[in-house]
Amino acid sequence: MTQSLTPTEHVTLNMGPQHPSTHGVLRLELQLEGEVIIGCRPIIGYLHRGIEKIAEARTYPQVVPYTDRLDYLSSASNNMAYVQAVEKLLGVEAPERAKFLRVVLLELNRIASHLVFIATFANDLAATTVFLYGIRERELIMDLFEMWAGARLTQSWIRIGGVGQDIPDGFVERAREFCRMLPGRLDEYDRLLTGNRIFRARTEGVGILPREMGIDYGASGPTLRGSGVSFDIRRVEPYEAYPALDFEVAVQPACDCMARYLVRMKEMRESVRIIEQCLRQLPAGEVMAKVPRAIRPPAGEAYGRVESPRGDFGCYVVSDGSAQPARVHFRAPSFIHLGALPRMLQGWKIGDVVAILGSIDIVLGEVDR
Amino acid sequence: MNSTLYQRLLDWCGGWGLPTWIFDAVWMVAMAAIVTVFVLVTVLALVWLERKISADMQSRVGPNRTGGRFGPLQTAADALKLLLKEDIFPAGADRVVFWLAPFVVFVPTLMVFMVLPFTGKWVANDLNLGVLFVVAVSAFPVIGLIMAGWSSNNKYAILGAMRAAAQSVSYEIPLVLAMVCVVVAAGSLRIGDIVAAQREGGWFILRFPLQLAFLLYFITAMAEVNRVPFDLPEAESELVSGYHVEYTGMRFGFFFLGEFAHLFFVSAFCATLFFGAWEGPWLPPAVWFLIKSYAIVIVIMWIRWTVPRLRIDQIMGFSWKLLVPLGLATVLLTGLMKV
Repeated sequence: MTQSLTPTEHVTLNMGPQHPSTHGVLRLELQLEGEVIIGCRPIIGYLHRGIEKIAEARTYPQVVPYTDRLDYLSSASNNMAYVQAVEKLLGVEAPERAKFLRVVLLELNRIASHLVFIATFANDLAATTVFLYGIRERELIMDLFEMWAGARLTQSWIRIGGVGQDIPDGFVERAREFCRMLPGRLDEYDRLLTGNRIFRARTEGVGILPREMGIDYGASGPTLRGSGVSFDIRRVEPYEAYPALDFEVAVQPACDCMARYLVRMKEMRESVRIIEQCLRQLPAGEVMAKVPRAIRPPAGEAYGRVESPRGDFGCYVVSDGSAQPARVHFRAPSFIHLGALPRMLQGWKIGDVVAILGSIDIVLGEVDR
Repeated sequence: MNSTLYQRLLDWCGGWGLPTWIFDAVWMVAMAAIVTVFVLVTVLALVWLERKISADMQSRVGPNRTGGRFGPLQTAADALKLLLKEDIFPAGADRVVFWLAPFVVFVPTLMVFMVLPFTGKWVANDLNLGVLFVVAVSAFPVIGLIMAGWSSNNKYAILGAMRAAAQSVSYEIPLVLAMVCVVVAAGSLRIGDIVAAQREGGWFILRFPLQLAFLLYFITAMAEVNRVPFDLPEAESELVSGYHVEYTGMRFGFFFLGEFAHLFFVSAFCATLFFGAWEGPWLPPAVWFLIKSYAIVIVIMWIRWTVPRLRIDQIMGFSWKLLVPLGLATVLLTGLMKV
């Protein structure tokens, strides 16, 4: 390197906590040399609500609504991880119908979450129109949730022992209609965005997360699958109705932002297939298992693990035999991905920060808890 | 506007014993007032248009309450809101430069309207160096952007200003090259002569090497007015809004005003250079001029709401590696065709 004649110093730029592209209240302390990033320190905690601690003072069913507020873009998968752990402690199994309904809920939520990803990712790259298209499609899923659970965002619909209620009349038809419509809309995004030269220039080869590094950091979900690792909890540790369903795990080998984007696009198509299968195979029967009114699991510990739209979402529950959990801990994939972010940003430019940060699709609700 | 009108009024006032210099001063102020009012009204119309176009593209409704079904008064209401907002000087700002910057941005964008020919007669001043004047004056606002970025005492603002300077320098060259092609083809720097050349020999967009010049002009013009995909100095999602991040109220309004006025100007100038300005059948010339200008504005807006933003190094590479060589080649080609 040639010696610079004038003395220069690095600029520290605080990106966030109030910044349109940090997806919530994240602060990135960037060290800049001109526009180039030479260092990054993610600073978190602005959204800390102490949910894990609060859970220790609540009864087991009361914790479920708190889990909604972790990853608020896919509340069903948080419910699922917690409920799965509690059901393991109790030794309860949900009825067959509930298992399929849970998968419908989870997959609809996955699509909703990925649509928000596509929307915000495009918006970060200034393709504002795609943002509104993504939100438009998501709205239909929200309507489905409202029809079924009453709530749109935080449904708390996966309960200990089953789901809140059976689906109402007409839900299957509307869900099918949505499944028929969505692939066409995804094709539209492909035409508008995926093939766009500028979009490709901004995402291909940008923000490399090498395969080994991804594994070392404990990355999971679309972030890891975009680095060519076929790892999906729905496959490696199937839960609920997933063993009975036929779906493909989307994997892309390129390790860049584009790969992570493509994985999510493919996953939405696969989720549509899963929902269609569930609605076809939906068995009759109860949606709630026999669960005692006062839940007092025997002392012990259990771990629930689901594939949330962001990755390997886990919930560790310790019971001391009382009506309140002794300890609840969540493994949030966003938090782990944020750990890998500084190395992914190294040497890229400010404009790439928003692309790379967008491509790992974090939700601060689950990072800070 | 009209030299015969000027002469007649001057004679009439001279009959009353009014000195010529007083009459000239009043005449200048009147011209400036007319141009300013036109620009302000145009900006209000453009902001409304942009909102409606983007809403249509994004399956939204857009403004629909203020002043009737299609919300025509929405932007006027917004302008009023900006006027009433608190005027904040950030802590540590260089107050004089901070105060001055919006005017340095806005005044040159207003000045270029002086040479814009709405019809053969309606032009404030058809300078014999019209194109040179446009090039020189429209390079000016970037100084205001740097002043704004520097004086704000904000890192996002200074990054935005740096980008604005780099982008402006890189894109002004192909822009000038594109204009040089037109000047070579018309054989004059006077805008009236350029239009006359098109009346005689057909619109420049239809003559062979000038399509390339049009392409160059159109791309660089989008960069000049900082529109997506070239909106890096503002870059909402990266730099929050770049150089004017610290500005509030009407000071911010001036940047906004300058930007939209410049957008209209580059479109209208594009119509003048390549689409025969006010030439057209049946309708009055001024109407033709506005139709052509607005059509180009709409295309620029259409692009803005469709594509993502480029990155700073990609933008620089695009200009220096592609547009500048292409511009030089086009100038050469135009010269050869002329000979």
